[in-house]
Amino acid sequence: MTDLPGHHYHIEIPGTTIFDGKQAMKGYALNKMCYDFNKAENREGFKADEEGWMEKYGLNDEQKTACRNRDVLGMINAGGNIYYLAKFAGIFKLSVQDVGGLQTGRTTEEFQDFLQSQA
Amino acid sequence: MAKILGGITTSHIPAVGNAIQKELYDDPYWKPFFDGYPKVHQWIKDTKPDYVINIYNDHGLGFFLDRMPTFAIGAAHEYRNEDEGWGLPSLDPFPGAPELSWHIIESMVSDEFDITSCQELAVDHGFVVPMQLFWPGAPNNPDMPRAVPISANTVQHPIPTLKRALDFGKALGKALRSFPEDAKIVILGTGGLSHQLDGERAGFINKEFDQYCLENIVSNPEELTKITRMELVEKAGAQGTEFLMWMMMRGALGDNVTEITRNYHIPISNTAAGTLLLECAA
Repeated sequence: MTDLPGHHYHIEIPGTTIFDGKQAMKGYALNKMCYDFNKAENREGFKADEEGWMEKYGLNDEQKTACRNRDVLGMINAGGNIYYLAKFAGIFKLSVQDVGGLQTGRTTEEFQDFLQSQA
Repeated sequence: MAKILGGITTSHIPAVGNAIQKELYDDPYWKPFFDGYPKVHQWIKDTKPDYVINIYNDHGLGFFLDRMPTFAIGAAHEYRNEDEGWGLPSLDPFPGAPELSWHIIESMVSDEFDITSCQELAVDHGFVVPMQLFWPGAPNNPDMPRAVPISANTVQHPIPTLKRALDFGKALGKALRSFPEDAKIVILGTGGLSHQLDGERAGFINKEFDQYCLENIVSNPEELTKITRMELVEKAGAQGTEFLMWMMMRGALGDNVTEITRNYHIPISNTAAGTLLLECAA
């Protein structure tokens, strides 16, 4: 990945990936596949043949593994952007609280309680 | 010449669209949120805007990473919401105002804001949910004004600075006030307040910071331009950067505004929801 921009333009914020040029280049194929899930025919295409669909979009092994495992943090590490990943989650009818729970090791109910606790 | 009546901000959470569809206005979870809107409805009924400038951020429907405009302005006869991947229902098109769009584009570029003009633009929940909140039944509400969408990039860093957002608003205000038609205009700033959807910090909400932003955006928005973009991510959460839309709206209103109503509630979905109505001095 030597063709990715090398300089850092941001601070480190724990538990937060800044989606910048580096991430955008790294995750392009994954994000493009997810962006295309805006269309029902592409959601159906993915459901019918996940492996073939990921191959068609040129996902790398890290991205494919994260998709297979429905591993949201893994998808983010592989360059995924949450706004596009939300469309992936939509295929499985996951809410943003489900996705929040998956990323923070909580059940959906525990995640909802956590949100409420900050009121 | 046209007149800016005021500005309205609101969160634009997709779940709100579902709650509206199911009419959950009196549901215990939703009531504290929806209670923030009757005063806005009354103000809209009293003032009857002819045009609405809807400042929102696209979330991966109208734009992808292949071409990501920092500031985009719609210049179409109508705007359609499309499937965002969750099978949300498609609505009738929202009527546009291309002559106003091109006036804004001419004026903004002349003031050295390099914007992207869009003759086709699919609009997502960021645009649609606020319209449904403010004009029930939108776009099929008899008072529905014609719309100009303006989208700012908060998907991919680098995003605009808070100062740039406020300055954009100031130039937008100048453009609107020079539109040669006796028209009444309302400006929406949608999104926010604090929330984070992604990463181990998902679920982060920051009431103290939101209150600081709500206080200052009314009477001292310049103070908020001291916040750096990385501070905004840190304090408002990764998606709390949508506060930039509020800054753009605020810049267009000028110095003298009166707060008509305010609402703040935690949580709606993963978000601290905020609503604010500011009226411009007559």
